[in-house]
Amino acid sequence: MATGGPRMIGNVITWLNDPSHWRGTGTTDGIVTQLERHISYVGIALLIAMLIAVPLGLLIGHTGRGGSAVSLANAIRSIPSIGLLILLVVIISPHFHGRTQAGFIIPTEIVLMLLAVPPILAGTYAGVENVDPAVRDAAYGMGMKGGQVLLKVELPNSLPLVISGVRSAALQLIATATIASFVPLGGLGRFIYDGLAQRDFPQMIGGGVLVALLALLVDLLLAAIQRILVSPGVSGRFSKRADRRRGAAGEADSRVAAVDEAGVTV
Amino acid sequence: MIRFDNVTKRYPDGTVAVDSLDLTAETGKITVFVGPSGCGKTTSLRMINRMIEPTQGSIWLDDRDTSTIATHELRRRIGYVIQHAGLFPHRTIVDNVATVPLLLGTDRKKARSDAMDLLERVGLDRGFAKRYPAQLSGGQQQRVGVARALAADPPVMLMDEPFSAVDPVVREQLQDEFLRLQDDLGKTIVFVTHDIDEAIKLGDRIAVLRVGGHLAQLATPADLLARPADAFVAGFVGRDRGYRALGFSEGHELPHHEEPTVRMGETAPAASEAAEWLLAVDGEAHPQGWINVEQTAGREVTEELLYRGGTLATQGGSLRAALDACLSSPSGRGVVVDENHRLLGSAQLDEVVQLIKSEPGPAGADGDTGTGTGTQGTSGATAAVLQKGPA
Ligand SMILES: Nc1ncnc2c1ncn2[C@@H]1O[C@H](COP(=O)(O)OP(=O)(O)OP(=O)(O)O)[C@@H](O)[C@H]1O
Ligand SMILES: [Mg+2]
Repeated sequence: MATGGPRMIGNVITWLNDPSHWRGTGTTDGIVTQLERHISYVGIALLIAMLIAVPLGLLIGHTGRGGSAVSLANAIRSIPSIGLLILLVVIISPHFHGRTQAGFIIPTEIVLMLLAVPPILAGTYAGVENVDPAVRDAAYGMGMKGGQVLLKVELPNSLPLVISGVRSAALQLIATATIASFVPLGGLGRFIYDGLAQRDFPQMIGGGVLVALLALLVDLLLAAIQRILVSPGVSGRFSKRADRRRGAAGEADSRVAAVDEAGVTV
Repeated sequence: MIRFDNVTKRYPDGTVAVDSLDLTAETGKITVFVGPSGCGKTTSLRMINRMIEPTQGSIWLDDRDTSTIATHELRRRIGYVIQHAGLFPHRTIVDNVATVPLLLGTDRKKARSDAMDLLERVGLDRGFAKRYPAQLSGGQQQRVGVARALAADPPVMLMDEPFSAVDPVVREQLQDEFLRLQDDLGKTIVFVTHDIDEAIKLGDRIAVLRVGGHLAQLATPADLLARPADAFVAGFVGRDRGYRALGFSEGHELPHHEEPTVRMGETAPAASEAAEWLLAVDGEAHPQGWINVEQTAGREVTEELLYRGGTLATQGGSLRAALDACLSSPSGRGVVVDENHRLLGSAQLDEVVQLIKSEPGPAGADGDTGTGTGTQGTSGATAAVLQKGPA
């Protein structure tokens, strides 16, 4: 192992640089295919989790009732993923026959979804709860109805925490989705499990590196989305352009026009 | 018109915040709720737009019982300004202001251009429109809060300590602008403050509340200063009220005598030729300040030589200003000017005091002892009130 370090890095790079590993061969699927699968497992679970957790978190935060659901969801996270996956496969897969992989995909998605719900739920709930009471009060005081307060005031102001919940869920799913390969499915976990089984360490480590790179890229993407969605008034990222425009006096009328065009706020 | 009809608010924990309140806030006027902390001002105010529901009694808006109007519709017709503005952090200033018109279905373009006009009315440059609340100072935010409450042109405005979170200088500006705006708009306003000076400055009528939610007195500022209904109100209205009450006594023909002057830039006369203090004026007879003849004799009258401590009394203005002009003048002669700030002459302190004595107002009605002591502070006035008992 003394000489293993540098040589291993070289070997991993060689493995990653081999075009046949990306394309795959007649008998094995390549990185591209497994990456697509990995992304689809994660994407589907994340989407379902958001559809459940965001509305639920908004509702709990808005009404101030059901806060215990958030702690309950957090408790679910401590269930070991692989154990739960095996349990669900045992329960679900006998209901599917033939060439379909549904018996494995459904348990995998359930496990991933259960992992993604708690951080998104907690983020959304905390986001709504942290909205300045004076702001909420003003919203009602101006004659907004409950739903309008939620969608026009509480949601836009809680967005940073909602999205940061989604980001941490996404990171966790990308790492955990490797277990799909534990039940015989694809994804980047394939390289890790196969590498381990075949004592092909460059392949195993290469798989790990790919998972880390994917996590990094997705996080960057979500950060970019966050910048677009969150109002500068909330994030504190006031644009330089607006600063300059503000500085120049006597442009009042062109400003009206500019204001009319920029009708993006919720 | 807003009418409280035997309104009581008891919170679930048993606190009685407002107790059998009967009160009318007149149309087009500013009614101020004032009182010590916890006396139920905010609770009373928020029952008007039903942010808080009364436990008992009813509140009427003109001839409608507010409890029969859907809350969101009621609130859209009532402007609401709170202490820290409560602006929406995620919206630009112009969109904050346009909130209620947009809720009411005004199209976005019109709502925005109206909002821009409103920003100007409350004294904000249009350049602020695209900023976010976090980019504004407290005073600026408060102006936006007022603009936002005015945006749908509601007949009624509720304001809960809107100017209390800004420094005294800005507060004074905001108050002056607010009064100017109200002169134009003539809204029916209920204004909450714990600051009696603010109440006296802004209110057409003042409702003094005492802890426990009782109405202690409802009166005009002048009446409140002159005839506090009981010891609590007298204590709350505070010191100097005899003097401050003179601020409401206006329109008097101030006695004045010709006052020797020297023009700026001229040479000051020798000490033997003039009294100790000489008034300096500019080319258009606007008083500039006093010079001390002994120290300046023979020198050219310049800015540096001026003593500027004296205030001016405007002919037809308040007796308070007249008295102050005398008291603040180094010569003891109060400078009287016309509306264009041109010198009319000077008045002696005892002449102004004589005028105060002849004043048929509350102080005068109490007889010579009460009035003559106007400048000596409150003891005389309080004594008079105590003798009279509740008015
Ligand atoms: N939600 C509530 N539950 C119970 N008691 C309350 C509630 N809100 C206010 N109170 C009590 O009701 C009384 C009146 O409160 P309110 O806020 O109307 O006072 P205020 O005159 O506006 O005081 P301040 O000048 O401090 O703002 C106080 O004793 C307060 O503690
Ligand atoms: Mg209050």
